[in-house]
Amino acid sequence: MADSRIITIDGLVKKFPMGGGWFTALSDISLEFGTGEFAGFVGPSGSGKTTVLNIIGSLDSPSEGEVIVMDKSIGELSHGEAAKLRNRHLGFIFQTYNLLPVYTVYENVEFPLLLLNMSPRARKKAVLEALEWVGLTDKIKSRPAQLSGGQCQRVAIARAMVKKPVLVLADEPTANLDADNSHHILETMETLNRELKTTFIFATHDHKVIRYLKRKISLEDGRVVKDEIVKAKRKVKE
Amino acid sequence: MIRFLFKGLIRDRSRSFFPILTVTAGVMLTVVFHAWLGGVLSDIVRTSATFTTGHVKVMSRSYAEEQAQVPNDLALLGVGQLMSDLEEAFPDMIWTSRITFGGLLDIPDSTGETRSQGPVMGMGISLLDASKGDVDRMGIREAVTAGSIPAHPGEILISDELAGKLKVEPGEQATFIGSTMYGSITFYNFVIAGTVHFGIMAMDRGAIIADIEDVRTALNMEDGAGEILGYFKSGVYDDKAARAVVNRFQDIYGSAGGDFDPVMATLREQEGLEQYLAMAENMSGVLVTMFIVAMSLVLWNAGLIGGLRRYGEIGVRLAIGESKSHVYRTMMLESLLIGLIGSCIGIGIGLAISFYLQTHGINFGAFTRGSSMMISNYIYARVLPETYYIGLIPGLFSTLLGAGLAGIGIYKRQTAQLFKELEV
Repeated sequence: MADSRIITIDGLVKKFPMGGGWFTALSDISLEFGTGEFAGFVGPSGSGKTTVLNIIGSLDSPSEGEVIVMDKSIGELSHGEAAKLRNRHLGFIFQTYNLLPVYTVYENVEFPLLLLNMSPRARKKAVLEALEWVGLTDKIKSRPAQLSGGQCQRVAIARAMVKKPVLVLADEPTANLDADNSHHILETMETLNRELKTTFIFATHDHKVIRYLKRKISLEDGRVVKDEIVKAKRKVKE
Repeated sequence: MIRFLFKGLIRDRSRSFFPILTVTAGVMLTVVFHAWLGGVLSDIVRTSATFTTGHVKVMSRSYAEEQAQVPNDLALLGVGQLMSDLEEAFPDMIWTSRITFGGLLDIPDSTGETRSQGPVMGMGISLLDASKGDVDRMGIREAVTAGSIPAHPGEILISDELAGKLKVEPGEQATFIGSTMYGSITFYNFVIAGTVHFGIMAMDRGAIIADIEDVRTALNMEDGAGEILGYFKSGVYDDKAARAVVNRFQDIYGSAGGDFDPVMATLREQEGLEQYLAMAENMSGVLVTMFIVAMSLVLWNAGLIGGLRRYGEIGVRLAIGESKSHVYRTMMLESLLIGLIGSCIGIGIGLAISFYLQTHGINFGAFTRGSSMMISNYIYARVLPETYYIGLIPGLFSTLLGAGLAGIGIYKRQTAQLFKELEV
């Protein structure tokens, strides 16, 4: 477990309306995450990995229980407050990259900084730095359609990291990538985690990702069945 | 931020070019349709006023009751005095007397025997008195296709279609055979000065136009006229003003009286025009409204689809930290921009087409063949003051409404739901 606590989950329950009743996606989940963790929710499809990640990211709200992120209770945040939390402290990496197709690599990475009202000079410095982290400084004028899947995901990482957030949430970040690209991406994220002390939380069932995790939280049918600290890293290329 | 979003708008043709194209097309069609219907309605009024009804018309009470039969035996007498009185009482109007009559036109050969003959509808107007303005008002100068406008008594114009049928040319003699206002038969010789084509089927089929003094002589209508037509000097029919003239006329001449006392009617009160124009105006209102609603639905739908299509992009923007209200505002701003640009271009093109149609018109002669109504073969559009802004209803209002409704989904959905839609 890392230094200071940034996420506290206490008795989290998430229910979705289904037909005439309710489907319980998450049941009584209680967890804590500290700064600099490299953790992941693992489990089969439908186990509730993405749902818990969405709630931590304030994209969704709990049905019961409490989720506190950066001292903010997610269930009590207004739309505006949730947006502010995401804007200032969180970064997202998605399975399908979700880059804005009409913008260049540079502009995609720059976008979160525009919302922070940074000066153009500071923005440029931060964007180039983020692209350097992921090794894409030569692609700043390219559009997403001109990039490979791995390159797109690296742009997504740069976009998530450009504002140096406290927490990055990555939902199946390697699902669309081959083994080489997956390892490259994970090594990049591991380096950023180590150097910038950014907390990374994954939702994944990909063994390539699981091998990199330092903390593995196994979910089954919306419940935590195992929460283990992984001592030794096993970076084995497939 | 605005610059960033504007850049995206410009680059994404499906968000800018195609929506603008849709709005432009919708607005343009609305503008042209509105101007066209306005033109059709005003053409009926203008043509009727010019050829048959005037802006107001004075007739004898009995003549008014049987007007459809053109009963010249019930015509007004003492027209000279009546005209002077009208000119004095209504100096803002132009008064001109007219006699409409029917009969046969006989074309003799060199021996005086009938070479050809045909039924005609005649019109006695102030052909030789330029002060009455009949020649200009009816566009006779422009309508002459052969020969010239009569310059002397005894000369007439005939429609070129009639001339073709009777195989007669300008300069030849023609004998009118009809009945006087007292019921006896009359023969009157005219010289055909020219042929005319008005582009109005009812006039072009078999009309002769003669100076009213000749017609008075031919029909034995000394100091008489079937009708006295009054025109506003502006040349434009104003129903309110026309009613005011009629009311004043009634104040002067009284509403009760004998069969031959003069009565006045406005353009709308004649020949069933009241009902026809009311129906046409209502129909036009309904058609324009239906068209605007249809266009609005199309553009609203375009705005809605455009907004829904972007739920994925919006999800990403929200995840990155943009607030829902900011996303909504930018969507509305984009929509306003697209609506405004599309509306301006659409109104511009629509007005250009409308002005072209206002000048050149479209020939519907093939459809009015056989019609006795005073409708021009050429129907022209008419650009009205509201034509300039009517396109904004579908162009701006509907586009904004569509985007607004699509945007409501942003508020109603959990942000996570927007992602699910993105991944579908």
